This record gives sequence, C-alpha cells and structure tokens, in this order.
Amino acid sequence: MTDFSQVDSILNKYTNVSESLIPLFQDIQGLFGYLPQEILRYVADKASLPLAQLAGVATFYSQFCFTPPGKYEILVCLGTACHVNNGESMASIIAAETGLAEKEVSADGLFSWQRVACLGCCSLAPVMMINGQVYGNLTHKKISAIIRQLRKESAGGVKI
Amino acid sequence: MRLLLGFGSCGLAAGALTVSESMQKVLADTNLQLTLVGCNGMCFAEPLLQVIDDAGENYYYGNLNEDIASNIAKALLAGQIPQQNLLMQDANDFLAPQTRVALAHCGLIDPENIEEYLWVGGYTALKKAVLMNLEEIIAEVKLSGLRGRGGAGFPTWLKWQNTRLAPGKEKFLICNADEGDPGAFMDRSLLESDPHSVIEGMVIAARAIGATQGIIYVRREYPLAVKRIGKAILQAKNKGFLGDNICGSDFNFNLRLVQGAGAFICGEETALIASLSGKRGMPTFKPPYPSERGYHDLPTNINNVETFANIAWIINNGGLSFGDLSNDENSGTKVFALTGKIKRGGLVEVPLGTTFSKVIYEIGGGLKNGKEAKAIQIGGPSGGCLPGKLLSTLKINYEELASVGAIMGSGGLVVMDDSTCMVDIARFFMAFNKDESCGRCTPCRIGMVRLEELLTEICQGQGKEEYIPFLETLGKHVKSTSLCGLGNSAPNPLLTTMRYFPEEYAAHIKEKRCPALKCQALLDYSIDEEKCTGCGQCFKVCSAGAISGMRKQAYHIDSSLCIKCGMCQSSCLFDAVKISSKGVAM
Ligand SMILES: Cc1cc2nc3c(=O)[nH]c(=O)nc-3n(C[C@H](O)[C@H](O)[C@H](O)COP(=O)(O)O)c2cc1C
Ligand code: FES
Repeated sequence: MTDFSQVDSILNKYTNVSESLIPLFQDIQGLFGYLPQEILRYVADKASLPLAQLAGVATFYSQFCFTPPGKYEILVCLGTACHVNNGESMASIIAAETGLAEKEVSADGLFSWQRVACLGCCSLAPVMMINGQVYGNLTHKKISAIIRQLRKESAGGVKI
Repeated sequence: MRLLLGFGSCGLAAGALTVSESMQKVLADTNLQLTLVGCNGMCFAEPLLQVIDDAGENYYYGNLNEDIASNIAKALLAGQIPQQNLLMQDANDFLAPQTRVALAHCGLIDPENIEEYLWVGGYTALKKAVLMNLEEIIAEVKLSGLRGRGGAGFPTWLKWQNTRLAPGKEKFLICNADEGDPGAFMDRSLLESDPHSVIEGMVIAARAIGATQGIIYVRREYPLAVKRIGKAILQAKNKGFLGDNICGSDFNFNLRLVQGAGAFICGEETALIASLSGKRGMPTFKPPYPSERGYHDLPTNINNVETFANIAWIINNGGLSFGDLSNDENSGTKVFALTGKIKRGGLVEVPLGTTFSKVIYEIGGGLKNGKEAKAIQIGGPSGGCLPGKLLSTLKINYEELASVGAIMGSGGLVVMDDSTCMVDIARFFMAFNKDESCGRCTPCRIGMVRLEELLTEICQGQGKEEYIPFLETLGKHVKSTSLCGLGNSAPNPLLTTMRYFPEEYAAHIKEKRCPALKCQALLDYSIDEEKCTGCGQCFKVCSAGAISGMRKQAYHIDSSLCIKCGMCQSSCLFDAVKISSKGVAM
C-alpha cells in the first residue's frame, strides 16, 4: 500500500502547487526514487490540477523518471570532453558488462545505466557516476572491476 | 603556514576525501591546520595541496594519494619542505600568465566559512555600494565595459538600467547557474569555491536595479555547489548582508536557491523563467525582454554567475581599472574550462584580447603526447570548431570570434587533436541540440532531426555528395528562422566544421574513410600477430563470433563477420588490436 501521508507533508510545503511542480516532483522522486503514477494522480486530485499538466511538466525534464531505477544507477558522461576521450566506447562497455540497454533495469534490480551530458569533472574524462560517486579516467578494465565489485558488495549485503 | 587542500567536485572525484583524512590523522592536535578550499583551477593535478609558508612562498603538491599526503604532512610538521610530488614548474607555468578577478579567491579560502571571505576583503564592495546612489553603481559598471559572461555578451549596465527603468511595482533578480554547455564547469567551480563573491555581486546588482527578491537557478547535476551556496546564503543573512536593512541601510533583499531539473534549454532566459513558474521550459518570443516582463510578469534582470562574480571587484577598484586589465577593446577577463586533449586542463582566467595559442600552449602546456591542436571547440553546442592554424592570431574577443563563425560562449574550450573526427563532432553536437530542442518551433524541431540524420549517414559511409550543399542551406535556415537562441546557434558546430574541414567531409563521402579513425562503421579491425599473446580476451568479448584462434597463439578477426563494435580493442591489455580506415578505392 502506498503511504500517502508523506506525500501530504510534501504537498503542505507548497502554497502554490501549480507554480511549484518542479521542486514538488524533486521531493517526490527523492522519496520514491521515481514518480509513481498513482502518486501523480493523487497530487493532481489534491491540487485540483489536470493530470495532463503534471505529466506535461514531468516528461519535459530529464531528471524525472517513471519507473524505479536500478539499485546502482550508472550515469555515463557524454559531454564534449568525455566524447572526445572515448566516452561512447565506455557506454558500449557498460552495456556489454551489464547486458542492459540504456534505461533498462536488470532482472535482479541491481543495475541500470543512462547517458548524461557533463558531470563537471571534464579533466578526469572519460567519467561515470554511480549513486553520486564519480569515477574518472575510465578504461574497459576499470569498468569491469567496478561492476564486479558492486555485484560482490550487493551479494554480501555490504552497503556502499 | 597555510595548508590548502582542493575540495571541489573534481578534487573529491580524484580522491581528496581520503587524502584529507590521512593528513588530518597526522595533523591532529598540532599547530598546523588543513583548510578545505574549492578549486584553484589546476584540475589536471588533483588531488592538490597548496602550502603557503610564513614568508608567503607557495608550494603545490599534486596527484596525491593517502600515503604521499601523510608523508608530506609529517615532513611539514618537522619544518621541512618536502620535494615529493612538488609541482613547481607546472603550477608556475599554469598560474603565472593568468589574471584572476572572478577566480581571485578560488582555491585560497574555505568556501563554507564566511569569515575567510571577509578576511580577503569580502563584502567591502557591498558596504561601499549601499552608500552610493543607484545611478552611481550603474555608471561604474558602464565605465567598466563589463559584458555578460553567459554567452551573448550583452552590456551588463544596460540590462541593469533597462530593468531599473521598466515600470513595475517590484523588480526581480536572477542568477543563471544552469551551465548547460556539456564540457564546461566555470560556474560550478565558482559556486563551489567562492559562493560569497556571487552573492555579493547579486546584492549590489539588486541595489542598483531596485530588486527586493532574487533566485539562483542551479543545475541539478551540481549537488556540491547547491550545498555550498545554500550555506553561504544562510551565513550572509546572519551577518546582515542579505535580508532586511542590509549593512544598516533601508535596503532589503532576499535570495533563494532553485534547482533545475535537467534541461539545457532552461539556460535560455525566457525558458528559465517558464521553468521557475512550474511550466515546461519553453522559450517565448522576445520582446518583451525579461527586463520588461519576466518572472511573475515583473521586470527581471538575469545575469550569469561569472558576470556577478566580477561586480565586487569593479566596485572596489573602479570601472576604469577593469578596462585596464585587458589590452583590447573588450574589457576585463574571461574564465575558460580548458579540457579535451590538453596537458594541463582546468580553469583558466585571462584578459580579453589574449590569443588562443597563449591559453593552449603556454598555460595549458600544449597537447597530451606533444601533438599539434587540430581544432578547438569554443562555446559548446552553440559555438564553433576552429582550426589549429588560427590559434596564434585569433584573439579572445567577442567580435573576432563572431567573425570566424564561433561565439565567445560561456567558457567551454575543448582542445582536439588528430584523433577527433570533425564530422563526428558536428554529429555529436547536432544530436545534443536535437535532443534538447523544446519542440516549440518547426525549424528547430524538424530541421535538426534532418540534419542529424544526414550527418549520421555520412559518418556511416552512406553520405552522398549532394548532402554537402543541402546541409549548408538547411543549417542556415534553422539558424535564421528558429524562435530562440538554441535554434539560432545550433547549426554553428556544423557550419564551422564544414567551413574549415571540407576535406574530412569529402573523405567520408567520397572515399568512405574516416581519417581520424573515429567513425566505427568506416574502420577495419585486425590483430597484430607480434603483439598478440593469445590470451583470448578478445575472443571472449566478441559478440559477433568474428574472432577465432587458439590460446597462446595469435588470434584473427574475420572482417566479413566483424560488426565494428570496438570491444576487442578496448578489452585488449596488450594493445594488439589495430584499427585503420582504408576506405574504398575510387
Ligand atoms: C540554449 C541556450 C542556453 C543557454 N544557457 C546558458 C547557461 O547555461 N548559462 C548562462 O548564464 N546563460 C545561458 N544562456 C544565455 C541566457 O539566455 C542569458 O543570455 C544569460 O544568462 C544572460 O546573462 P549575462 O548577460 O550575464 O551573460 C543560454 C542561452 C541559450 C539560447
Ligand atoms: S564532459 Fe564528461 S565530465 Fe564534463
């Protein structure tokens, strides 16, 4: 059962919901990891806004997702500096190592990956970020090792 | 003695946290203290420690790890200047030719402690500004010749004056920290390293235009900048530099922070305002300009982070001195994020009018591997690719850059060597702009889809000669007929690569060859039998079954089965997979 009380307390923070949709969605995604459809419906009802308005805003911005991401969400940088330093190959390597297409979540819920533009660490290109941690100067070997390590940690129940 | 450890995003990504822990262990309960600072721009050497001894001499220690850092701390405690990892030459060559105004305090003070900003003279300009009348502040900024550092270079004083004179019961002030150029990080670094200088610039601007409320709109990929600017706002409020009766005057100004949600177009000012109002970030037609009708329909002044970071200096030193910083009709300095195939990549601030070769070869130390620069990309997705041969004469100047087909942009400067394919770069930026187009106007929404398709075909060896004139015509149409700055500038990378590198387009189209060995469909993979150790790694990763051979003997690639994914090459530990682009015989 979805717990709407936390959503209520988020909603209470905003006097003008229509104008505050973006920070509101950021709060909701912070809580659930994504924007669940039933929550969007709930917010639309509560604030008397058309669901289409909420969906229109949420789908415009790349931050918002509508399905739960993997436990380890890999963001591969494809900004200019990373592109020039072979970033696209790093994306192929991650696809091969995880066996996943972009934005697909593995059956065990462990991994998902997507391309992003510039993580602001261009001097360490090529770069990826996993749950807030940046890894720079990537190579095939380094990526394999990191993914293997995450698999191991997750199997051993160790939190990173 | 001051010990300054770089604690910006780049430093932390390179391992500054463990370095700081190992140093703290050694320094605990001693009279030496470690100060965690932002980034001094030497990203190429992170994690980086700067030591300033009691005589004011500077020592830079780069590429640290736990053990080395702990040894350095021990030696410093013992009164020595250790030689290990000392980077005097690099630091001097990198820093000495720069002129730092916006970056003046970056890497030298703790950004989370307002006392350190006050210690270097922070908020003295604001104290001065509250005693000046509004016209005087604007006149000083006019004298300085400061132009917007967010890309277009609009005179800052004029924008302030327009907002001030526009009718409206209240005025609004916005700092654009959306920094969308993928490959640039000037604004991130400024906010992480010296947030108070941006706040001080904003409060002075607010006073000049008569604004009572302001917003800093920060890109969501910058969590550390968000944290530090948030902290700085609270500290400034406690000290009376924000809020009611600023510095004891009757002037009130409140500032808050809003995070973007991942959309490049929201860097465009009218889209930014739409996004602040909870809408899809779609630009609107100008006029009306935000200075007439902006956020909540109030006259709104929007400036870039770096523009604000120059203001306190101008008020303290006078507008004329700002002009004197440069030996050029464009006044002041500009910060660049120097990246790509450069030896000393990082943040660089130079007077306008400096030549690009000085930035790349003197400050940046030239290219990795000592190669020549084939091209530079300036201004990101809205900017252009300029050939290496222009660098020695081309100056960093708004008009000069426009005359060669590029723009100043916000400060992205990516250096490319012969391994970067210009057609691929044009395709890369076109794909970026196409993805980021908000879809409102037809030329931008559909024109870029077509342009990207054609460029992709060329990169895959399916281009035709008639594509060249068509790309140029369509590119110019998109540029001249789009609604906003995104479409008006998105064809620039395409048009400049076509202008300066026509032979690369010809090689792809006529010979089906990629001279830079980048476009995978045009490559041929083979195995160097001398280097191959027969480990079988390539065989394991080949998903096409194109690789055959026996362990301990050289493997072989069947080119008729090869799908050119490149996995064999990236997984080979012995550099035995060779690539070439033979093309087809004409
Ligand atoms: C597509 C597009 C993206 C932009 N992105 C940014 C940005 O990331 N940061 C920025 O300061 N200005 C950006 N701008 C320019 C802003 O619209 C605006 O001109 C600028 O913030 C004004 O500040 P300034 O006068 O201090 O330069 C962008 C413009 C366009 C058309
Ligand atoms: S381009 Fe990848 S971190 Fe900037």
